[in-house]
Amino acid sequence: MSEKKDYNYNSPSKFNDEMKTIQPARRPTELEKAQLGTMTAMVSSFGLPRIIISGFLLVLFILTPFVGVDLPTQITNIINRFSWNAVLVLAMVPMIHAGCGLNFGLPLAIICGLLGGTLSIQLGFTGPMSFVMAVLISTPFAVVLGGGYGLLLNRIKGGEMMIATYVGFSVMSFFCMMWLLLPYSSPTMVYGLSGNGLRPTISLDGFYNQVLSGFLNIRIGNIALPIGALLAFALLAFLMWAFLHTKTGTAMTAVGSNAAFARAAGINVDRTRMLSVIMSTWLGAIGILVYQQGFGFIQLYNAPNNLTMPTVAAILIGGASVNKASIPNVIIGTILFQGIVTMTPTVMNSMIHMDMSEVIRIIVSQGMILYALTRKIEGAK
Amino acid sequence: MTNNVNPLLQMQNIKKDFFGNQVLTDINFTLGEGEVLGLCGENGAGKSTLMKILFGMDVIRETGGYGGDILINGQKVEFSTPFDALEAGIGMVHQEFSLIPGFTATENILLNREPCKKNIVSEVFGDRLNTLDYKEMERRSAASIEKMGVAIDADMVISNMPVGHKQFTEIARELSKDQLKLLILDEPTAVLTEKEAEALLESIRGMAARGISVIFITHRLHEILAVCNKVVVMRDGYVVRDVPAKETSVEDITKWMVGRDVQSSVRSEVRSNDGARTIMSVKNLWVDMPGETVRDVSLDIKEGEILGIGGLAGQGKLGIPNGIMGLYEAGGRVEFNGQEIPLNNPRKCLDSSLAFVSEDRREVGLLLDESLEWNVAFPAMQIQEKFLKRLLGGFVKWRDEKGIHQVTQKYIDELQIKCTSSKQKAKELSGGNQQKVCLAKAFALEPKFLFVSEPTRGIDVGAKALVLEALKKFNRENGVTVVMISSELEELRQTCDRIAIVSGGQVAGILPAAASSEEFGLLMVSKVI
Amino acid sequence: MSKKTNLPAGKRALDLARNNAVPIMFIIICAVFIPMAGFSPSYLLNEIITRMGRNLFLVLCLLFPIMAGMGLNFAMTLGAMGAEIAVILVADWQIWGIPGVVLAMILSIPFSALLGFICGTLQNMAKGREMITSYIINFFINGWYQLIVLYIMGAVIPIMHASIMLPRGYGIRNTVSLLNMRQCLDDLLAIRIGGVKIPVFTFLLVGLLCLFIVWFRRTKLGQDMRAVGQDMEVAKAAGINVDRTRIISVVMSTVCAGFGMVIYLQNIGNLPTYTGHAQIGMFCIAALLVGGASVEKAAIGNAFLGVILFHLMFIVAPGAGAFITGDSMVGEYFRVFLSYGIITLALIMYEAKKRMARSKAGQELAEAQKKEEDA
Repeated sequence: MSEKKDYNYNSPSKFNDEMKTIQPARRPTELEKAQLGTMTAMVSSFGLPRIIISGFLLVLFILTPFVGVDLPTQITNIINRFSWNAVLVLAMVPMIHAGCGLNFGLPLAIICGLLGGTLSIQLGFTGPMSFVMAVLISTPFAVVLGGGYGLLLNRIKGGEMMIATYVGFSVMSFFCMMWLLLPYSSPTMVYGLSGNGLRPTISLDGFYNQVLSGFLNIRIGNIALPIGALLAFALLAFLMWAFLHTKTGTAMTAVGSNAAFARAAGINVDRTRMLSVIMSTWLGAIGILVYQQGFGFIQLYNAPNNLTMPTVAAILIGGASVNKASIPNVIIGTILFQGIVTMTPTVMNSMIHMDMSEVIRIIVSQGMILYALTRKIEGAK
Repeated sequence: MTNNVNPLLQMQNIKKDFFGNQVLTDINFTLGEGEVLGLCGENGAGKSTLMKILFGMDVIRETGGYGGDILINGQKVEFSTPFDALEAGIGMVHQEFSLIPGFTATENILLNREPCKKNIVSEVFGDRLNTLDYKEMERRSAASIEKMGVAIDADMVISNMPVGHKQFTEIARELSKDQLKLLILDEPTAVLTEKEAEALLESIRGMAARGISVIFITHRLHEILAVCNKVVVMRDGYVVRDVPAKETSVEDITKWMVGRDVQSSVRSEVRSNDGARTIMSVKNLWVDMPGETVRDVSLDIKEGEILGIGGLAGQGKLGIPNGIMGLYEAGGRVEFNGQEIPLNNPRKCLDSSLAFVSEDRREVGLLLDESLEWNVAFPAMQIQEKFLKRLLGGFVKWRDEKGIHQVTQKYIDELQIKCTSSKQKAKELSGGNQQKVCLAKAFALEPKFLFVSEPTRGIDVGAKALVLEALKKFNRENGVTVVMISSELEELRQTCDRIAIVSGGQVAGILPAAASSEEFGLLMVSKVI
Repeated sequence: MSKKTNLPAGKRALDLARNNAVPIMFIIICAVFIPMAGFSPSYLLNEIITRMGRNLFLVLCLLFPIMAGMGLNFAMTLGAMGAEIAVILVADWQIWGIPGVVLAMILSIPFSALLGFICGTLQNMAKGREMITSYIINFFINGWYQLIVLYIMGAVIPIMHASIMLPRGYGIRNTVSLLNMRQCLDDLLAIRIGGVKIPVFTFLLVGLLCLFIVWFRRTKLGQDMRAVGQDMEVAKAAGINVDRTRIISVVMSTVCAGFGMVIYLQNIGNLPTYTGHAQIGMFCIAALLVGGASVEKAAIGNAFLGVILFHLMFIVAPGAGAFITGDSMVGEYFRVFLSYGIITLALIMYEAKKRMARSKAGQELAEAQKKEEDA
């Protein structure tokens, strides 16, 4: 049992320590007490599903050498996938903090990123510049679409999650039409024969493929580390963490914790929620660009939908709930979830020659979301 | 009722405490068949707790049960759920409506007691698939409406009904239960018009004539005199009077309700602030706070005083601070320090150095899931930019954890808040300590003017004294004007200089704290609606 | 109060239009699209009748949870999965024709009832967000369904016929042919009027379900369900077992959906093993909403009107899209967009209405006070 727990705290502990040192010094006894308190609190809030998931992953790790799978390759894969997905998971944090629930409307944010990416290529940018431009171009879309989305969510407080799901679907299907109708003309993106309409999958070779992951890619032994992509995530996570320590960030947390309290304290609840939605949308847009640079392709049409559930599940696996989430949650969750996604196919395949990874992924991620939704303590207002 | 058979209901030495807080002590009374008993007392006197015990409500069992015996027809009974009480012939009409909005009166009257007919499917799959016998339903509801003696449309859907008819539907529902022997009516006339109330009283007389006993709780004392056989007056968890209605008057009852023998409870040093300037002037204020509606209140508050606002529950005293502070929709004119304060905007009030400690600690007063530090420092940080460090040339306003910790620690010491550390979560504290955190939050704002709403509700005696003392100290040492709203008149008399009594959503009068209990009591019931 | 009954005719018409905005919008869309798509009336009629027979039973299943106040419930998808497992087994046993259909229906009952029970229990743990919970449950159970059908069938559960099995020796093929079962219900008592085939027996089954729903509303259980749907607290105070009643409503929905899915599959004539149920819930909900239902109120009429309008749109949209933009794919996406959009709109309207009702109550009170003040 203790081993499992140790495993989970190994990865984020460094980050935790960093955060602790930035905080003002306290009397040592109190510091100890507080740490002990947070440890026990974290263990108790860890929950059965998370213990099962981390236990499962641990078993996979132990099995790896016995079934003839190369462990360093696996770890490299997990780190790589972590670097692709972590920003997307981070995008969940602002909305959860402001009490807007789990952002099932992630496709909206992804669409903003797709607009940025495709327009950057259309405008003729190549190499690293295309990535910078993609980020810049997607920003105004994220602000405008996110703002509208926030306005909508403010009108339907209490029913956010279901409506977010369908807003995501609607926007996605609307853009399915747009990908066909918008006057894109770059030959790398449009259908070869007809000359109009974007292809479902666009290769990023020559554009921003591996622009972050390839930067400062260091090998330690047999493990390759995509330092550039990890740094990009660390920067965004640091900014997020810093934001939550500012006056506005504090207000956002308070709005999510108790909106009536925040209102009585003079906070403009609607505006704070709107800001959180815009932040989530922007981070989601950046998140998909980071994902694409690692993956090497832009995927259009129904693809944005495929990332929603894994992302929501990841932050929940990391220990977040419907109205509380932190950066360690993002990191733990992404590692655990991507760990399972990477390890199951290879280990299972070599062991029983059955690839059940897809099914396991569905059961784990949906089960986790279901667990979060049915826990009684949360959102019981 | 002088026959020697056992009376319908006997309450013997009923006692109840909530975690050591004694709320009922040695309650004794009897009620005969066909008698109407009027139960009155201030809020918090223990009426509703007593009725909850009688009706077997879950909350009583969950908080450790009660002492003493309840006897029905001489038999000792103990109800573990309201359904047991219903079984024994006790019906209760609660203050909140318990009706299905989309159903007709008939459907509501017979809810879950619908007469059914068997059919082939139900023979196989069980009784729940019996078809409803609509004819029989109509007949029974018509019979119970007839029994009530007030005509309501049995086919009308509840959501289309005027509020009075909803109340009558509830009464008809109780009357449709054949086993009904005792009906408890908890402030049934509060939502009725004058005419409807008259009809209800007539209906109560009719019930009594049919041999149904009634316990009638109301603040409209003349109704009690009009319809009851006897009056039981409660105060502070005791029965202070149990007299035949014929031998008493509204004045007597009022006196018994509020009167204390101990004169010493009045504040020792009475201050007179007549000379002070008016710091806040409220004109024609109305507030739409559900259950606490305020109508046309005008009030002047003097600088440096402690003004109390008292009155019975539901009369609007809580609406005044909530309306002025912008938490509920309000209209009228409020001037503070010579400047008009815009209503419906909490931020503007806080910016003008007003502060408010809400009566709703858990929903409005606290961030239950956050640390004490956050709770104490949050409003001051957001409104006055305290506890913030400016980084990067003021562009980033960084939370100053050290400052927050210091100020929280200061108030923890000052108000003797019992906690493991300033990092503890607010939800882990007891009610009294939570209340102190709420005060600390307001104090940290260093306001010129403070509203405190029900500061001692639901907290133990020790904490109560501490909270009141802290308020007095804050008023005297910092020169802060305090308006304290409370249901407990004694507490107001101990703490305040002047006390305004709100009745029927209006200020019925303002008296010095030293005025007699009778005077306050009369004001309290003067405009009751 | 009295004002309300004497509204001028114009205003009443406006109210009617506002309350039925969604169906009216769809009627307009269809009216514009039909000529563009250029289908013959008999083709359209034939398609609509076929699709009514195929889908109505499934759409009607949504009414039970709505009655119990559990909103637009994806629980019916679970019933569809139960039915698919039953159909796979029946197909493997080579029981074809009417006996096969009847056996599949009977066999689906335990599967869908069990899934319905699980779903209802979980939803009781998440009161207030039943819809999103049922939506996630549907994905979650889909995972288990895939586990059973893809790995356990053939490996643990014996599957005799290689024709439905994947070549690797376990798991079911992506498509299971139901050729010998195809339209056997629809052909029973079917009549043809001018080239339009009317599947009388299927419609009889739908009619039977409608009658059952009407009758059910008048039973004690139906009454309890409506009471629970409107106010759980009051129903509980009156002694109704709220949780149990809600579970029953979900189970009824899944069991009926199981029957509905068998009807659906025999009409199509093959079973898309892994995608058959995926979109069923979404399309049925969209159809019901198009028929003018809302999250808390739905009638049999909504289901009929909804299926007709929604599927009419679905048939003509690709053609119309091609007509407008010259690209038939746009029409395909357009109809998907409309289905999602309509659900989004209905959900937003429902939530906004809840808020409006609250603030309206406040306004009325304020006005009354103002009057009092003036007086």
